[in-house]
Amino acid sequence: MSRFRSQFATELRLTLRNGEQLLLTLGIPVLLLVFFSMVDVLPTGTDEPVDFLAPGVLALAVMSTAMVSLGIGTGFERSYHVLKRLGATPLGRPRLVAAKVAAVAAVEVVQCAVLVPVAYLLGWSPSAPNWLAAIGAVLLATAAFAGLGLILAGRLRGEINLAAQNGLYLVLLLLGGMVIPFAELPAAVRAVAHVLPSGALADVLRDALGGGGVRPGASWGVLAAWAAVTPPAAARLFRWD
Amino acid sequence: MSAVEVSELVVRYGDITAVDGVSFTASHGHVTAVLGPNGAGKTSTIEVCEGYRRASSGHVRVLGFNPATQQRALSERMGVMLQEGGIYPSARVLETVRHYCALYGKGAKADVLVEQVGLGHREKSTWRQLSGGERQRLSLALALAAKPEVLFLDEPTAGVDVNGRARIRDIVLNLAHEGCAVVLATHELDEAERMADHAIIFDGGQVIAHGTLAELRKGHDEIRFRSSPDLDLHALAASTGVVAIRLGHDEYVIDAPPLPKLMAQLTGWLAEQGHDLIDLRAGAQRLEDVFRRLTAAREDGAQ
Repeated sequence: MSRFRSQFATELRLTLRNGEQLLLTLGIPVLLLVFFSMVDVLPTGTDEPVDFLAPGVLALAVMSTAMVSLGIGTGFERSYHVLKRLGATPLGRPRLVAAKVAAVAAVEVVQCAVLVPVAYLLGWSPSAPNWLAAIGAVLLATAAFAGLGLILAGRLRGEINLAAQNGLYLVLLLLGGMVIPFAELPAAVRAVAHVLPSGALADVLRDALGGGGVRPGASWGVLAAWAAVTPPAAARLFRWD
Repeated sequence: MSAVEVSELVVRYGDITAVDGVSFTASHGHVTAVLGPNGAGKTSTIEVCEGYRRASSGHVRVLGFNPATQQRALSERMGVMLQEGGIYPSARVLETVRHYCALYGKGAKADVLVEQVGLGHREKSTWRQLSGGERQRLSLALALAAKPEVLFLDEPTAGVDVNGRARIRDIVLNLAHEGCAVVLATHELDEAERMADHAIIFDGGQVIAHGTLAELRKGHDEIRFRSSPDLDLHALAASTGVVAIRLGHDEYVIDAPPLPKLMAQLTGWLAEQGHDLIDLRAGAQRLEDVFRRLTAAREDGAQ
């Protein structure tokens, strides 16, 4: 247990010490939520933009932490032979993975603790929110995004991985229904957007937190499928050195 | 039982055979230097011993464990120092050592280890703020956190200043004195000569020589001296009966044991001819000379 605790504490400490990662996981989501809630330029289709944005930005925060932050951090650890060095200690892979997952979950809790009150302050008023369903969706999405992030981190060199993670982040953000509604996307792009993990998560969260999901049943299926496929693929494809 | 037993080890990468039937042992209480040119198969061999890499065939046991299938149990008793990196760049010195002490769970004290490797004044610095030599010493501290029974060191003194080298040398020799088996892979032959009592010389994926340093040097005595650059070597040979070879501008070597009579003849002849004697060294060849002789002989044989 002390080995897991020490690794978890190290993962969390280094994540919170990393300015770029804090900007990505907290700064950008808060900025997007505040700016687009106060400046009504997005075609959200709701009376209050924050009602559309809050679930979308929560989805974005999960993606930022579970995919980009984890993927970039792990990619550099691979480049710097940190994983190789840890491989020669009694830590073992299961504890290392568990520590990383726990650190991601801890950061997500912090994100929610910041974003949800900010959204309420901005006037978010979800009707009959189903927080249990939202937590379930976040867990599935964390698995799906972590798998995606680790596939890239485990195959690409550090700098290429950094570029790929950021590029994918941008694509999934713009097409994922997080800040731009699916209805505003061209029909062909919309079809793709619905089967992306970001699109499915945003849709499910929007449905769970006050209604407004476009096709929540199908989105749960898409999210579950991504969560079932990407972690085993990452485990299979990941190169430690 | 030897701490490290390698027998007929073969490591292949696709069609390339990196290690071709290597056998050697390393014992508790000794420092064994693993030497060889780049691409000789040293790293592949050591990585198999550490459990990082699978052997294509052969038999490897470290502390009685098969590193490929019992790496977890082995890791509890093995220290590893990578050639470079292996540490989170933004992690601080003391917290990193403390983390590794917790991972090994052997009761090693982080602050003691940090002082031992001479980084007490840098305990709050991050890895990326350390010099190359300080990084090597931090890496050594992590290996020591294991309180190892077998220790694999990869280029431990690369980029380390003179005082840092002395400190690393003292730590390694103390560990060996306490019974740890130290396996030292290095290109720095002077350091290997100072630390190791056994050496294994790799070339072309094979072990071309192994034994104690005394055994490897045996029969290869020499007299090396520096004098005027224009010595008449034919006249010297006629006077002393031995042939001197010019190594550099004013450096010469005679391939012969340092017999007092021969030394007297050589210095007498230099005095008669009015030449200065700038430097004189006689005795067993340095490890570097042994290494060059062995690897050059192999190259000549291949041509």
